[in-house]
Amino acid sequence: MAEPQRARPKPTPETQHFWDGTKAGELRLQRCDACASVYFPPRPFCPKCASRKVSVFKASGRAKLYSYVIHHRPVPGFVPPYSIAVVELDEGPRMMTNVVDCPQTPEALELDMALEVKFEKLDDAVTLPLFRPAKG
Amino acid sequence: MRRNQVAVVGAAETTELGVIPNTSQIQLHADAALNAIADAGLKLSDIDGFATAVETPQQIAHYLGITPSWVDGTSVGGCSFMLHVRHAAAAIEAGLCKTVLITHAESGKSNIGRTPRMIGPDSFNGQFELPYGVSTPASMFPIPVLRYMKTHGITHEQIAMVAVVQREWAAKNPRATMKAPITVEDVLNSRMIAYPFRILQCCLVTDGGGALILTSADRAKDFPQKPVYILGTGESVETPMVSQMQTFDSSRAFKVAGPLAFKEAGIAHKDVDHLMIYDAFAHLPLYGLGDLGFMPHEETGKFVADGNTRPGGKLPLNTNGGGLSYMHSGMYGMYALQESVRQMRGLAPAQVKGAKISVCHGVGGMFAASGTIIFTNEK
Repeated sequence: MAEPQRARPKPTPETQHFWDGTKAGELRLQRCDACASVYFPPRPFCPKCASRKVSVFKASGRAKLYSYVIHHRPVPGFVPPYSIAVVELDEGPRMMTNVVDCPQTPEALELDMALEVKFEKLDDAVTLPLFRPAKG
Repeated sequence: MRRNQVAVVGAAETTELGVIPNTSQIQLHADAALNAIADAGLKLSDIDGFATAVETPQQIAHYLGITPSWVDGTSVGGCSFMLHVRHAAAAIEAGLCKTVLITHAESGKSNIGRTPRMIGPDSFNGQFELPYGVSTPASMFPIPVLRYMKTHGITHEQIAMVAVVQREWAAKNPRATMKAPITVEDVLNSRMIAYPFRILQCCLVTDGGGALILTSADRAKDFPQKPVYILGTGESVETPMVSQMQTFDSSRAFKVAGPLAFKEAGIAHKDVDHLMIYDAFAHLPLYGLGDLGFMPHEETGKFVADGNTRPGGKLPLNTNGGGLSYMHSGMYGMYALQESVRQMRGLAPAQVKGAKISVCHGVGGMFAASGTIIFTNEK
């Protein structure tokens, strides 16, 4: 029997560019051409000013740790304890992720620590943006 | 909405609470509804307005055999029933219906006849939260709390005191699930669920239900129970994704709903005799105290730790024991409303003597929605 897998995201027409981006090693956000607001999750209009003129751009991949839990309960595809984090991207929006490549402890996971994106290929269809402590 | 134009004239929970392995979810709705009908001295055929959440109104109304001419299926999580009360009060005042029944029930523990809640992999939650290993509310609801603690200088011990104090209230309540006293050390040494929260900071998982009956204040005086008037109401929603909240320092939905209810009621915080703040997890009463304007967020932890919300304290909070110690079937808002009504009737197991104004504040989802109802027993 196959190992239980973590939940797979299924793109919609409005989010396809984001998941195409992670596969290509890019974290893609959207910016409003009218009011310059940067937003996430994806949608083909600006949630701040309602303009339909928006552009997709490659984000820096840099972020800070905003908040998290360290989950101790079993979930398919995960080995507890593991962090479930919300990071604040340098461009402004926040997103949920896992902070990896460091101990999953309160001591190692300090709020506001600098992070950088790390793309985790789950299969040919899906690559997830995870985050790890920033180097240097 | 005008003050005190609508009153609760019937209120009851299911005959049993806790583990009810011999009853399906829909029958728990009926059990609560029949108990509330009896409490109000009505017949089911007197009901012309109906509201419920999770289940559709048509499902429960047909099961009960009632023919409503006003329905509300607002389903925004555990505070749906606060929103039902607000909508029902407006509908009664507008003349759309005369007598509204609101039901909640959940086979949360025994899972008998329970409607499954699914998150599609192509929904926003399915794409941008589920892949990171969120599962139960315990894996999601506490995500903001470390930021809240850092911003406002709240300690682990202070949040643990929320659970300790609510157990003190539960000890006075024969129907509470957990009654044995606990200490801060017990809380901080209990099993880790999702750091920083341990099992004693997470709500219970139980079966049960409750129902309310509302009618106009003019008619309310003819009912057997002391009327409990709707003094003020508020509601809002924010986001189904905890990661997309405007800030973790407070709840936008709380900050809209709470002050709206206070403004409508025309009361000040010092007028509040009794307070319910939906406590699915131990940080929620702190968010509520701050966002409802009782005090700055920086003071909420100390306020609870100093004993102000415990039995005999100046602001009795979650006097049934709350979702942490009384019961929590999944959508606890109905039980918070029931306790507010009991307090206003003067019939609560841990009765706050002379209480005249009760504020009942609910949350839905992971800070996704909010509803606030302010009750009074004086017209």
